[in-house]
Amino acid sequence: MVHSINVNGTTHRVDVDDDTPLLWVLRDNLGLTGTKFGCGVAQCGACTVYMDGQPLRSCSLPVSAVGDARITTIEALAGKEAEAVQAAWVKHDVPQCGYCQSGQVMSAIALLKEIRKPTDRDIDLAMTGNLCRCTTYVRIRAAIHDAARTLEG
Amino acid sequence: MTAHDISLSRRNLLKGAGALVIGLSLPQAGRAQSGAAQVFSPGGAAAFAPNAFVRIAADDTVTVLVKHIEFGQGPFTGLATLVAEELDADWGQMRAEHAPADAKLYANLAFGIQGTGGSTAIANSFEQMRRAGATARAMLVQAAAQAWKVPAAEITVERGVLKHASGKQGRFGEFAEAASRLQAPAEVPLKDPARFKLIGKDGTTPRLDSLGKSTGKAQFTIDIRTPDMLTVVVARPPRFGGKVASFDATEARKVKGVVDVRQIPSGVAVYATGTWPALKGREALKVAWDESGAETRGSRELIAEYRRLARTEGTVAGRHGDAEAVLARADKVIEAEFVFPYLAHAPMEPLDGYLEWNGQGALARLGSQLQTIDHQVIAKVLGLGPEKVRVETLLGGGSFGRRAQPTSELAAELAEAAKAIGPNRPVKLVRTREDDLSGGYYRPLFLHRMRGVLKDGRITAWSAAIVGQSFLKGSPFEAMIKDGVDPVMVEGASELPYEIADFRCDLHTVDVGVPTLWWRSVGHTHTGYAVECFVDRLLQEAGQDPVAGRLALMGKQQRLATVLKAVADLAKWNGPGPVGGRARGVGVVESFGSYVAQIAEVSLGEGGEPKVHKVWCAIDCGVAVNPDIIRAQIEGGIGFGLGHVLYGELTLDQGRPVQTNFDSYRSLRINEMPEIEVAIVPSSEKPTGVGEPGVPPIGPAVANALARLGRERPLSLPMVGGSV
Ligand code: FES
Ligand code: FES
Repeated sequence: MVHSINVNGTTHRVDVDDDTPLLWVLRDNLGLTGTKFGCGVAQCGACTVYMDGQPLRSCSLPVSAVGDARITTIEALAGKEAEAVQAAWVKHDVPQCGYCQSGQVMSAIALLKEIRKPTDRDIDLAMTGNLCRCTTYVRIRAAIHDAARTLEG
Repeated sequence: MTAHDISLSRRNLLKGAGALVIGLSLPQAGRAQSGAAQVFSPGGAAAFAPNAFVRIAADDTVTVLVKHIEFGQGPFTGLATLVAEELDADWGQMRAEHAPADAKLYANLAFGIQGTGGSTAIANSFEQMRRAGATARAMLVQAAAQAWKVPAAEITVERGVLKHASGKQGRFGEFAEAASRLQAPAEVPLKDPARFKLIGKDGTTPRLDSLGKSTGKAQFTIDIRTPDMLTVVVARPPRFGGKVASFDATEARKVKGVVDVRQIPSGVAVYATGTWPALKGREALKVAWDESGAETRGSRELIAEYRRLARTEGTVAGRHGDAEAVLARADKVIEAEFVFPYLAHAPMEPLDGYLEWNGQGALARLGSQLQTIDHQVIAKVLGLGPEKVRVETLLGGGSFGRRAQPTSELAAELAEAAKAIGPNRPVKLVRTREDDLSGGYYRPLFLHRMRGVLKDGRITAWSAAIVGQSFLKGSPFEAMIKDGVDPVMVEGASELPYEIADFRCDLHTVDVGVPTLWWRSVGHTHTGYAVECFVDRLLQEAGQDPVAGRLALMGKQQRLATVLKAVADLAKWNGPGPVGGRARGVGVVESFGSYVAQIAEVSLGEGGEPKVHKVWCAIDCGVAVNPDIIRAQIEGGIGFGLGHVLYGELTLDQGRPVQTNFDSYRSLRINEMPEIEVAIVPSSEKPTGVGEPGVPPIGPAVANALARLGRERPLSLPMVGGSV
């Protein structure tokens, strides 16, 4: 069936089964491959996108449930939090293999939008759903603190 | 034999094995393929290609063709650093891309074939890449000398700028064209290390791949999309060694987007227009499996069998003195038996591959770690000459050993899937996490039975029996097995860094129908734990300090002793504690030519689970080329090692894998990651590995801390939630 979804500010019509996870629509139908597949069962966070600004595991949301919500993927990140986080990621050379990092970056930006100056515990809570098999966690934490300092000005 | 000799001999063995591979199945592999380098033109139209590794374009960019796969361990940055150093390039102009598969041009000098593993990327490239950079530099200088009509010796190069005292100056791009017409010099001098500007200089060589990986732009195999491409998933037998008896694809073919269903040697392949239809199609497939040849034993049965074997005589892997005699006479024998589960690598990007072919030629794109073998296998399956097959390596979303398959099971499945549907249908083979975790190629299950004797506070005898599977057996690397001993099953245990008068290590190699594979730090994943836990236990019984006691036994092990002292300094070691509920444990392991010591500070957290607060680490890996990548690899090695000793296990129940996704294959999360402090011990020795050596010491360091918190050193891993 044809679904109409708003992704990165544009309405797309895709003809896929209702149960198709949003993740595969983004990747296979719309070519937005920055959002990654890691588990398919909401355990790893590699597929994190925003739904009306809130982080969401796109592997576990059927396209039929998107409705009128606005979906944002890493390709369309904008704003000062995004800039600060991505700059901090580069400055700290956070990524190793890099495969989980789209999801990490998405979760980190969402955290900083919510909490301007997160504590280590805030970071644990916000980031614990994002697995990194390369375990770049030390640098993820450092980069988030650094980005928070940048945002303070 | 010293530890250093061991790694050298391992390299020689690998070299022998590599030559064997080529000799057996791909005569003149190199000659046949070296056309690939010309076809491949990274960095666009490079004006100057002085050798197989360096491309300099008119726009001044210097692109290094990296023969090793980049999956996070840093060869893009590392090999580019070596080139840039000798080229006197500006770091900002450096780029890196994967070299194509070409065994002649791009062999790992430690293996004899193209491939990455054993933490050899920097070690084997150190001189080769520097020479490649120095050659390019000499030719650029020569071109400038001719243009300016000055002697070449009067030209200096600094940060990508050629200069002459007359005031003339120019950038690489300006001379690229002219340099390309010159003959490459046969000999080029390399820099005196005292003049290094990038190698070993912190902050000068940020990673080349960080930006792409922080913005979602980095392209992995799973991201490949081409017109008319089909996505393929394969239904594989639920038990290892099972086969397809029959299948019914009626329902599968009804799924919207499913294009075809074909049987291939590894199972039944479902072809679809996208990933979800392929997965739904596979779900709807009915397959009857023939399990007559399948492995039906579970972990429990295997462990019972291994226990029994450990009490029988094995093949001697190492011996001096007469440990058995000392054990037989001793009043008291201290014993410990350690059990290590199967472990999956679970790289964040499950394995995948892309292949297009037209009957005459093929292009494969995948995160290939043993390119030469993958290349041969693809050519063989498709019935093409290797010169007709191009293999491009893509960024790998992690590997931890999983992508380096002596059997090329992934490349073979990819080629079979392409072949089954016929030419001119590009395919992308993808695997789910369930496919990955239940697909085998695990770190083998191991059991170590340790016995030791103390006399007057000294360890006088040590005996170890090791039981497990050999993944070298029957592989192209089989030549490494000598006198019935697979060296990677016993590395780190068949010889100890500790001086003990009477010593013996026995090996029992068991045939089990579960495919196994090297896993980040290979044999040291279990030998490091067994040896370091047991020595710590003996020292504790002898009333000795874990640091001082080890140092007293280290004798000639200078470099190992140095890192142990360095980590003790870093942690301000003052005994194991506990202090305020926190105890400290030590682990020190030499692997892949690098020396690593760690101290872990541990308390008992919620539900008695170990909580690791901080880890101090000292490493001597020879010349530290990229200090920050070394730190990153140590951080990653510690996290990876810790996650698995705490939580990791892949259990088999009647031959079937139990853990199939991250809900049950528990992986370390950010709240479980300790703080880490790393000291890199200055060294002018040849550079050695950093990708793996961070892994082995952390497990025993945590266990040894637990022993000071009133717990036993865990005898069976994982420490938390073990189910067998
Ligand atoms: S792929 Fe969605 S959480 Fe793992
Ligand atoms: S960087 Fe490799 S999984 Fe996170």
